[in-house]
Amino acid sequence: MRYAKLRGWQTLTGPQEIGHGPIFWSVFALVVLMLLGFPLAGSAFALSNLANFCLYVPMGIGLALLWGYSGVLSFGQAAFFAVAGYVYGILAGNLTDVPFGTLLAAAGGIGACAVLAAVFGYFVFYGQVSGWIIPLLLLVLSLILETFAGQTAGYQWRVGSVLLGGYNGMTGIPSLAIGSLEFGGAATPFYYLVMLLMLGAYLGTRMLVNSHYGHVVAGIRDDIERTRTLGYNVNFIQIQIFVLAAALAGLSGVLYVSWGNYISPSSMGLLAATLPVIWVAVGGRSSLLAVLLSTIALRWLADALAVKGGEYAFLIMGILLLATMLFFPEGIVVMLAHRLRHRPSTRRSAAKSESR
Amino acid sequence: MQVASSNGPALLRAEGLTKSFGGILAVDHLNFTLAPGELRCLIGPNGAGKSTLFNLISGLTRPDEGRILFKDCDITRLPPYRRVRRGLCQKFQTTRVYRGMTVAQNLLIAGGGATSDRQRNGRLDWALAALHLDAERSVTAGALPHSHQQWLEICLALATVPELLLLDEPVAGMTPEETKLTARFLDDLNRQGLAVLVVEHDMTFVREIGRSVTVLHYGRIFSEGTLDEIEANHEVRRIYLGEF
Repeated sequence: MRYAKLRGWQTLTGPQEIGHGPIFWSVFALVVLMLLGFPLAGSAFALSNLANFCLYVPMGIGLALLWGYSGVLSFGQAAFFAVAGYVYGILAGNLTDVPFGTLLAAAGGIGACAVLAAVFGYFVFYGQVSGWIIPLLLLVLSLILETFAGQTAGYQWRVGSVLLGGYNGMTGIPSLAIGSLEFGGAATPFYYLVMLLMLGAYLGTRMLVNSHYGHVVAGIRDDIERTRTLGYNVNFIQIQIFVLAAALAGLSGVLYVSWGNYISPSSMGLLAATLPVIWVAVGGRSSLLAVLLSTIALRWLADALAVKGGEYAFLIMGILLLATMLFFPEGIVVMLAHRLRHRPSTRRSAAKSESR
Repeated sequence: MQVASSNGPALLRAEGLTKSFGGILAVDHLNFTLAPGELRCLIGPNGAGKSTLFNLISGLTRPDEGRILFKDCDITRLPPYRRVRRGLCQKFQTTRVYRGMTVAQNLLIAGGGATSDRQRNGRLDWALAALHLDAERSVTAGALPHSHQQWLEICLALATVPELLLLDEPVAGMTPEETKLTARFLDDLNRQGLAVLVVEHDMTFVREIGRSVTVLHYGRIFSEGTLDEIEANHEVRRIYLGEF
């Protein structure tokens, strides 16, 4: 059937994501090879920094999926990021003698934020809370969790052998490890782990949005009632996407604590809650690739600015967001991609691939 | 599931259906029966409760009283998506297709809602060809002419493999030729065995279809019969046909 089913690798390319054709995939493969070869050339410091920037990509992609593809904005991704980080820290700190303890902790951390998202999503989506309330509720969730974590200083806030640490944060969190192979922040294995998960998250989500299911998700965004009356349980699908986005944020959270062995309540503060939204808006929420690129670029920019002059970084982030909203409402990367496609020299190949 | 107290076979049966909005009775203790394989036009002046009745049948609004039976099962409390899976699909009054997506993407979304078998997808293929949408698969739905968007929405409904098709003003804004084509298409569709319930203002269309007609007035069934009977009815002429 011509219009019916898309399967397997077919969904790797499709109308729901930019980047098609042999030129795109050649460049993509080249960049991947360069990233994989980077440990041979780069310093340990550069490697650790790049891994740090890239570990936020799953969170950014999750928000792109949630906001750009399913139409639900969230200021709560930081909450899921931090919940996963904290739960991982508690479990990993207590399971130091257990084989594969850190992997269990990672599963626990990501599972915890998936459960939190499922419960939150159940009430919000089945309660048919109107669209613009949801980001506010999620921001409040972040801030409540931040406030809670902030008052956990002292010995009474101890889970097993792990101190929650109040505003000073949780320290000494073990890095992910498989046997004797440890994925610490400054180590090459961690860099490869992040690259693997980043690419996996990107390609997996790309296949998802181009699948039949992904089209239904976009259908819910475009016209919820139409999709409901085509036979879909839209509230349940919204919860699924919400949980997936939260789990991706949780994955970033686990990688973050494995990188820095530390997490504090500021990871779910107002600023941390806003940053993912800026990454997605600046890159362009209609494309996962755009968000991947903007997440890395803006993490790099924030880092470079922070080294130079403290709080100015946030001001510049804010200006960048405003400028994007005003001049490139669809996002800078997406705008550039469209320009590239509509250049006369590439028009023929663009017309050949499916237009969107 | 309750079994209908049946007198004669019914695909769809509404019993004592009532819905009010802020004290105004939009649908007032309405009893309505549609036989399997029937094609029925529902007419009535503005505010007669046609669209409310449609939304009650498709599940987008819940009735205050009464019940709805589809294939002898009580569906009064079922959410809309479950009704679609049982074979009841709706085309909205205002055209609602995914305007930012291509025709193919629209059909992809619509086609996954029900388990499909070969013969019925054949029906969709036939419909796409009959409505000139076959060659427009890669066109963005929002860029289609208005009439083609209306047709696409009918095809989306057909893609869910319905047993009863609900159409709310399918020819609104169409030219006489397009209206005629739509009428002929629905007639063909019905002859293939699909039950169709149409709300329509356009009497040319209703005459073109030329089947049984139900007249709604103040949320009640005012009159029911063949087109000739309805057009001969003096009261109907007064309340409705006199309008245009």
